[in-house]
Amino acid sequence: MKPRVAVFKFASCDGCQLQFLNAGDELLKLAGQADIVYFPEARGRALAGPYDLAFVEGSVTTPADARRIIEVREESRYLVTIGACAAAGGIQALRNWADIEQYRRAVYPSPEFISTLSTSTPISEHVRVDFEIWGCPIDKTQLLAVTRSLLFGAQPVLPGHSVCIECKRSGNACVIVTRGEPCLGPVTRAGCGALCPAMNRGCYGCFGPADAHNMESFAALLADQGVRGDDAMRRLRGINGYVRPWRESADALAAKK
Amino acid sequence: MNEATRMPKAALDNLIAILGREGYRVMGPVARDGTVAFDEIRSAADLPVGIRDAQEAGRYRLAPGIDGEIFGVVNGAGSLKPHFFAPAEPLLEIRRERRGFKANEIASAAPPHAFIGVRACDLAALAIQDRIFLHDRFRDAHYELRRKDAFFVAVDCTRSAPTCFCVSMKTGPRATAGFDLALTELPGGFVARPGSPAGEAMIVKLGLSAAGGADEAAARALIDECARGMGRRMDTADLPRLLYDEAENPRWREVAARCLSCANCTMVCPTCFCHTVIDQTEIDGNMSRRVRKWDSCFSLEHAHIHGINLRPKIHDRYRQWLTHKLASWIDQFGSSGCVGCGRCITWCPAGIDLTEEVAAIRASAGKG
Repeated sequence: MKPRVAVFKFASCDGCQLQFLNAGDELLKLAGQADIVYFPEARGRALAGPYDLAFVEGSVTTPADARRIIEVREESRYLVTIGACAAAGGIQALRNWADIEQYRRAVYPSPEFISTLSTSTPISEHVRVDFEIWGCPIDKTQLLAVTRSLLFGAQPVLPGHSVCIECKRSGNACVIVTRGEPCLGPVTRAGCGALCPAMNRGCYGCFGPADAHNMESFAALLADQGVRGDDAMRRLRGINGYVRPWRESADALAAKK
Repeated sequence: MNEATRMPKAALDNLIAILGREGYRVMGPVARDGTVAFDEIRSAADLPVGIRDAQEAGRYRLAPGIDGEIFGVVNGAGSLKPHFFAPAEPLLEIRRERRGFKANEIASAAPPHAFIGVRACDLAALAIQDRIFLHDRFRDAHYELRRKDAFFVAVDCTRSAPTCFCVSMKTGPRATAGFDLALTELPGGFVARPGSPAGEAMIVKLGLSAAGGADEAAARALIDECARGMGRRMDTADLPRLLYDEAENPRWREVAARCLSCANCTMVCPTCFCHTVIDQTEIDGNMSRRVRKWDSCFSLEHAHIHGINLRPKIHDRYRQWLTHKLASWIDQFGSSGCVGCGRCITWCPAGIDLTEEVAAIRASAGKG
């Protein structure tokens, strides 16, 4: 029997699930290797668990989702999160520093119908996660590599090093050194292929913190570049802002001003 | 074979054309995105004529230099390294067969390259990489293929960047080995000298005649002046022992507080050769491609072995890098791993300067 694969969505924009659909021929080959039994974004058929491999996109922002993720975990042999929302809480984690009641009243005409949590939290704060694929959105090649490894029953391996290594492998000019451009590359996990620096822009940190990083030195570098206070804080408090090293660094910057 | 000849600046186009006709892909320093890197050139006009570089720790800018000066830019982040030790290279293709599997080596294929404007430090670095990739019977076929037919036109440095210290490492500023042809740029032309039979033949093809004593003296004077004005220096006396003895010097932790562990220093270093090998498997599981990629001793996974990480802290990794580069490299390969090009200083976003670190460790030796 082919392994049963499921793709679940929580609070997210669907961009990471779309990487399956963007895989084109590779997706068809995957369908030959595995039975994709639950993937509402792609097909109407939705079968109950158990699942051999569950991909989870999005963060937990509602009481219902906080219960649902536990059910997903119970039904799944391997649970792999896809994307910044699932791994770090996503851009919607900005609510974690704000007043959710104020948001609810400002956004919705009938706020009484909105049942929401005051926080957006990563999946790993709720259940055990077997592997996290980072990125906003995730990289298709990484997604397929992790899927292949797990179908073989092998430990998936993705690089945890800085974007700088990818940048230099590609022969990009360093935007920090040549132009004094603020760039999160030195503290960000590789995986995007150094997309922004290749376009002469600083890295936005879409893949979250590199596994080896020095946030204190990086904050000092931003200050040296003339990026101060709120601006430095906002650069860290973005897509992956709620992940611990960046959260702590941004909070320290906010406290300092 | 060291007879100096006089080469008009216009003859550089002729040199490029001849190399092109002989089947070389001709490469030279090309300005792009605020720095220079070796890239394909069709004529001298593709070179950064009239431009100079301004370098400091953590900072690099190109700026207008001297009209008509062809080799005014000392260097950029890109050395010769990526052109011989490729940043990413497929090594094997492994296919599932009815029984078992079959592995095929992937051969590199590229026309021979000719490099124009190579500095003495980078030639010294290439000689160091040769000792790594072409050592005895352990020869890397990919590296060797690109290496064996390459042609090098060196340029002696007549100015140094503030980050340069080739004099300390005894690799420059004058090219002494590893080139086919070496040029010294004077305001009115080049003094050219051959470094190999191929270089001698090229001088004949270019129809160059002997340089006058005055040109030779002028070239010497410019190189000597460059050597005297070297931006940085490093005292290499007793270096392996100093770094081994100072393994617990508090300076390692001080520099680690600034080090981002981003690996830029090792990426731009023309001798750093660490790499990782990864398998990229097709989703149907029938084919896997084994790829070698540049890696760094600053990445956490590089020191990860079964169950533990040998260098979990940044100070472990910085010490590993510097001690290998300047000390254990000598035990391992018979020479320092540093050629004094200064790239690790310029391209460190945090501006960490290894010459400063070595000096600080020397100054505080034995007090820890």
